[in-house]
Amino acid sequence: MNIMHYLADLLVRSLFKADPATWPYTWIAYAVVIGVGALLAFAFVAIFAGPVTWIERRIAGRIQSRIGPNRNGPQGCLQWLADGIKCWLKEDLVPATADKPLYLAAPYLVFTGMFGAFVVLPFGAHVIAADLNVGLLYILAVTSLVVVGLLMAGWGSNSKWALFGGVRSAAQLVSYEVPSAFSLMAVVLMAGTLSTQGIVGAQGGWPWQWFVFRNPFLFAAFIMYFISAIAEGNRTPFDLPEAESEIIAGYNIEYSGMRFLFFLFAEWANMWIMAAVATLAFLGGWQIPGISPERIAEAKGWTFVGWQALSFAIFVFKGTCLVFTIIQIRWTLPRLRVDQLMITCWKYLVPLSMGSATGVLLLMALVREGGIVDWVMRGAMLLVGLLVAGAYIRKVRATFMADRDNYKKMEGRDLWYPPYRLP
Amino acid sequence: MTAPAACDLSALRARLGMALLEETLLGGIAQVRVAREALADTLRFLRDDPAYRMHQLTELTAIDCLLLRDTERFDVAYILHNLQTRRRVAVRCAVPEEDPRVPSASGLWRAADWAEREVYDQYGIVFTGHPNMKRILNHHEFVGHPLRKDFDIYRGYWLSEAESLADELDRRRAANPQRLAGMQPGETMVLNLGPSHPAAHGTLRNLVELAGEEILFCIPEIGYLHRGFEKSAEVHEYNQVIPYTDRLNYCSAISNNVGYAKAVEALCGIEVPPRCQYIRVILAELSRIMDHLVCNGANLVDLGALTNFWFLWNLRERIYNLIETVTGARLTNSYTRIGGLSEDLPEGFVPACRALLKEVPKPVNDALKLVARNRIFLDRTVGVGMISTDEAISHGYSGPCLRATGFEHDLRKTEPYYGYDRFQFEVPTGHQGDTYDRVMVRFLEIFESVKIVEQALDQLPGGPVKADHPLSVLPDKDRTYGNIEGMVNHFKVIMHGIQPPRNEVYDCTESPNGELGFFVVSDGTMRPYKCKVRPPCFYIYTSFPRLVEGSLVADAVATLGSLNIIAGELDR
Amino acid sequence: MGYSYAPLLFVVGFALVIPVAFVLLSTRLGPRRPNPVKTEPYESGIVPIPAPERKFQVRFYLVAVSFLLFDVEIVFLFPWAVRFRSLGWFGFGAMLIFLAVLVLGLIYEWRKGALEWR
Repeated sequence: MNIMHYLADLLVRSLFKADPATWPYTWIAYAVVIGVGALLAFAFVAIFAGPVTWIERRIAGRIQSRIGPNRNGPQGCLQWLADGIKCWLKEDLVPATADKPLYLAAPYLVFTGMFGAFVVLPFGAHVIAADLNVGLLYILAVTSLVVVGLLMAGWGSNSKWALFGGVRSAAQLVSYEVPSAFSLMAVVLMAGTLSTQGIVGAQGGWPWQWFVFRNPFLFAAFIMYFISAIAEGNRTPFDLPEAESEIIAGYNIEYSGMRFLFFLFAEWANMWIMAAVATLAFLGGWQIPGISPERIAEAKGWTFVGWQALSFAIFVFKGTCLVFTIIQIRWTLPRLRVDQLMITCWKYLVPLSMGSATGVLLLMALVREGGIVDWVMRGAMLLVGLLVAGAYIRKVRATFMADRDNYKKMEGRDLWYPPYRLP
Repeated sequence: MTAPAACDLSALRARLGMALLEETLLGGIAQVRVAREALADTLRFLRDDPAYRMHQLTELTAIDCLLLRDTERFDVAYILHNLQTRRRVAVRCAVPEEDPRVPSASGLWRAADWAEREVYDQYGIVFTGHPNMKRILNHHEFVGHPLRKDFDIYRGYWLSEAESLADELDRRRAANPQRLAGMQPGETMVLNLGPSHPAAHGTLRNLVELAGEEILFCIPEIGYLHRGFEKSAEVHEYNQVIPYTDRLNYCSAISNNVGYAKAVEALCGIEVPPRCQYIRVILAELSRIMDHLVCNGANLVDLGALTNFWFLWNLRERIYNLIETVTGARLTNSYTRIGGLSEDLPEGFVPACRALLKEVPKPVNDALKLVARNRIFLDRTVGVGMISTDEAISHGYSGPCLRATGFEHDLRKTEPYYGYDRFQFEVPTGHQGDTYDRVMVRFLEIFESVKIVEQALDQLPGGPVKADHPLSVLPDKDRTYGNIEGMVNHFKVIMHGIQPPRNEVYDCTESPNGELGFFVVSDGTMRPYKCKVRPPCFYIYTSFPRLVEGSLVADAVATLGSLNIIAGELDR
Repeated sequence: MGYSYAPLLFVVGFALVIPVAFVLLSTRLGPRRPNPVKTEPYESGIVPIPAPERKFQVRFYLVAVSFLLFDVEIVFLFPWAVRFRSLGWFGFGAMLIFLAVLVLGLIYEWRKGALEWR
């Protein structure tokens, strides 16, 4: 049962002392609850997309041995708010030659495309605005609105650089949609449903129950989905549509103030959507290790709320880990060139993701689920995954410790900004 | 200092006969004066004859002799260079005012294209046969030729609208019709890449015609940062020019200070004391490190790798901190003086410098770790913006960009000055002259410069940092205030300035970008009669259209960054 | 069933109302002083060269067409993937043939050079 329905029923029962099944005004209660839910999802987008800009800038500062924003609020944590307010107070410029309807509408379309995807993201065991039976397809479809929005922005600006950006982003986003869809198809094959909750339900809480470690083809599909997701989110090394040193920020070059902010907002929200989809499709979603979904559904009162909160935390934690990985990749790699970008997609990712979907198909037909071979495969993939994650964490930790020691030595010294001498 | 032996001119003498009017020396360079009718033949002979094989037109300028001597009004000067035998020849030719025309050398050396345009722009001398005889540094609405001595410098000319460059574009289209083959009219897009473009570093304008993202034609326009350095130098005393040289290549100001001071000292016949030479070497090499850090850092940003930029930039800041303790300034140092330095090194410089040198490798290696074997970086740079050694030399390349083509040429080795021959260091070279090689040559040169500075610190002698040359060098403060001779000396140098003998000199140093030459002419007064810079990137930039036409916009950006075009030096 | 789609309406509503409200607010709060230079489209800081028409390169159409083909195939594949377990070997074989045709199409495109960017 959906948490929305549960809450609406609760509302009807406790407030109006009526039976929700027969009461004629139940739909109003449902509408109110759903409206509040949608507003909460919106708040999540805002709350996530805002501070994550600040977090990203701080992380970038740490990676690049500088400080990053640290003035507004403790550790600069209100920087995103200041940026937002600044954009609010900016002049809303419209180029004289712009194609006005397209130019003005583009940010809304981009924003709607991004925000629409949040409806079907399963944040917790029952924390979902709408569990559609075509959930995954819906995400693919609604995020495609972004392409239209970016193209409109590029075309409507009537500026050559913006046109470049718009066309680049359209070509890039539609191209990378193919491998990402094929990678997700491998998951759909395993789960047998398109519903996001159904896909999460087909996995389990323990890593060996996640799809990513089920077999080598799914592991490959995960990696390919992740790469395509970065490309669809216009993040480095695939940030060609807004490459500032080549086409001067691309499609959003003529935008200012609030409209410009919506593009950035959508970009950061998109990062979260991609990470969330990867989490729900490959990393077990909100599943709590050792607790079956049935137990959560049967729980009552505070236990129920507790399980919901825990599952929510698990989902957000997994998603945030992926977001951090995306951020780290951004500050590590140079940018691809446009032809290399297209070749990477059409000549490597598309055939390989098709291959991985077919491989999953074959394994499903040939290997009995729960059999010896299945478990051996899961164990081996888990080992591989753990080794990769372990090596990654070790490397990051070593760098972090070395850096921290260096910073420690500087404590108490009279420094100018930024710290210029790491002894 | 050992000046290289002047070139043997007997073959040229035999060839020219009566047309060879005079043989002199320009500094250490053999110089011939030829009749204007024989100029084209002389240049071709010098380029093609096996006895000379002057591969490179290093510098081309003119002198307005109006106030200098009672001869023909103009004097065109070519400085040619054989990079193998390391011989140079200067060719001079008098040009009358009423018929200021000279045959163009643009068919002989590619470097001549822009150099002749510059001479036309500044002096109004027309090079017949030049394909594109128009202004280059001054804008197209400018009137007159500013380096003529009778030019009214108080007159300003406003630019109302940027030049369309349509004529040049049409010419390029007509010359290369195959590039437009199969294209509908309107399928290509004409676009300004710069001047206000992040990769154009603020001042370079390129008009590009694009098919999709492929550059079909590229027309560079320079001069957006033209400040008239050469004209300013003519109205300032020799020492007052030094702050102007800071602004040439502002990423490594001390290298320019050293280059200028060395040229004027050659003009005056001053030899600076060993300690001064060593300090100049140390600071110039530190500047070289900074310049390469900036260039590579900015280039990597253009490729989208921002982190490397900060790694390298932080190091540059630390070097600035050290240089600040020496010169008191960070960016524009103005550290040298004619005949010495503004002051000696501060106390504790040597240990501080040694400590700094130990810090250099880490950030550089960090950046190298991120890019040197990074597949994306390799895909973006290898084979991009490639140029062969011959073409590069013909374009007037020097410095890291020339070495990246695999040709080992470094003035610190070929014409060692300031005791560079006493230091052990390698000259890193590339393989195929592409963007990757240019980046890597710069990275490797950082380590070589560290070696040089270490050796120079080891060998740093004591003694004065100013030459014993009372006519040109200010006395120390205690002498100025301590006795009448010192005071008179001080008064004399301040009031009458440095007055070199009537002479001309071309003197060059290996700046971070390549051969930085100064062509200084003295008329015996306290101000240079002419002070022409040979900026290395001016000549390197002439090759930009050839490097990028046929490649994508992103490649052009990567190539532009790796050439290290510094507008301050390019536009002067 | 109907209820599960109801949130979409709300969300789309929010996603339209909130940005519009924000932009309206920002036009109230922010200044509005346009001048000819400011409202000129940006072209590297100088007066733009007028472009009579804005044409895309043919390559972009190629990408769009390939995308269209593959995306339509994917739309076909998804329902099959959902029901794969119950379709049995017949469904398996049928879809393998379908995929094979798709792969052939990709190979054809590749060989024809439609995937080359230059």
